[in-house]
Amino acid sequence: MDEKLRDDIPIFQQIAETIESGILEGSYSIGDRVPSTNEFAKFYQINPATAAKGINQLVEQEILFKKRGIGMFVGDNARNIILSKRKERFYHDYVVPLRTEAARLGISEDELNDWIRKGDRDEN
Amino acid sequence: MTGSERVIVMKIELLETSKSYGSKQALKSVSTTIEPNKIVGLLGRNGAGKTTMLQILAGHIKPSDGRVLINGLEPFNNRKALQHICLISEANNFKRKLKIREVLKTVSRFYPNWSQETAERLLKTFNLDPGMSAKGLSKGMESALSITIGLSSHTSITIFDEPYIGMDASARYKFYDVLLEEYESYPRTFIISTHLIDEVSSLFEEIILMKEGKILTHESAEELKLKSLQISGPRAKVDDFIEGRQVIHAAEIMGQKTALLYGEGLDLNKAKAMGLLTERSSIQELMVHLTEKEEKLYV
Repeated sequence: MDEKLRDDIPIFQQIAETIESGILEGSYSIGDRVPSTNEFAKFYQINPATAAKGINQLVEQEILFKKRGIGMFVGDNARNIILSKRKERFYHDYVVPLRTEAARLGISEDELNDWIRKGDRDEN
Repeated sequence: MTGSERVIVMKIELLETSKSYGSKQALKSVSTTIEPNKIVGLLGRNGAGKTTMLQILAGHIKPSDGRVLINGLEPFNNRKALQHICLISEANNFKRKLKIREVLKTVSRFYPNWSQETAERLLKTFNLDPGMSAKGLSKGMESALSITIGLSSHTSITIFDEPYIGMDASARYKFYDVLLEEYESYPRTFIISTHLIDEVSSLFEEIILMKEGKILTHESAEELKLKSLQISGPRAKVDDFIEGRQVIHAAEIMGQKTALLYGEGLDLNKAKAMGLLTERSSIQELMVHLTEKEEKLYV
């Protein structure tokens, strides 16, 4: 878990994303109980209503499901739902700004495509 | 929490409440409602009227004009209401002649729901020895004892007015932890006024921002944050985006301009799509710029 909260996106969204990342990375599997509202509140020192908002968002999206009086659990289809959400966001968060900045710097299509292909190898 | 304890839900209403000290008007016809069981942050510069408002809410002073109602009752000189409200001030929350143990015993008589168990646990948390004389306490220890009193009072409305003068960061973080624990096990209204906004703002569900004796805004902390947007980029683009919007701060260097906007419907993605750099500002920054003396009222 990231210990620090960021200022630029709402806290409830960061709570939701923390849980999503935990599921994507395999720390939480189908049927596992995720931390409660109060556990999140204490860990990040945030208002419990804020944590609840993040968790409830995931319940609405059927990533989590609620067992009354027991807690929140990872839903059967959680991983797929998160993946499709993240892919869509990848386009907006990475591809669009990448192309915008490339255009500003006068980087050609070919150059850009070249870099995308080899970027992965440079990293490793 | 014992079986006999009962959480009494208490709503606070301020109705055109004013307070004057001689010719100085500390509070200028303030109206708002604080719904029960929320953690509310009260922010504003020195002299904005925060302490006056809190003292009126807590029934310590009487408004010069207008009313304050706690579940429909005026708290001033009203024992029925007062036993459910605890106000912890910056200093002088207890007699210095007593030992810590005696201080707690004395204050516990005011509050029917007092939790001795909480008090003893918090003394340990803050490393306070019950046998110690209150006279010998450092500033930070004094604040820790005051906080212990506030949290142990188990009052429906617990108010902290700048509660942690002299407390170091580690003691303050302990305070935030125990505040949340107490809020979980015994939900009630907490109102906290503070200067250390960055540190605590995520604890608040609602924020009341005061300026010159008036309430500038009272809304959910999250919505307040969404009402601000800082953008930067080439001057022409920035000017294009900010046209017709409320700019609360702007600065420019080498043709690059930064502007802090405030208001409804600030679309972060739209700014991004225009190639501008975007940032949401912290509650602290927003407070500083919104309460700037020379600014006009935007709310």
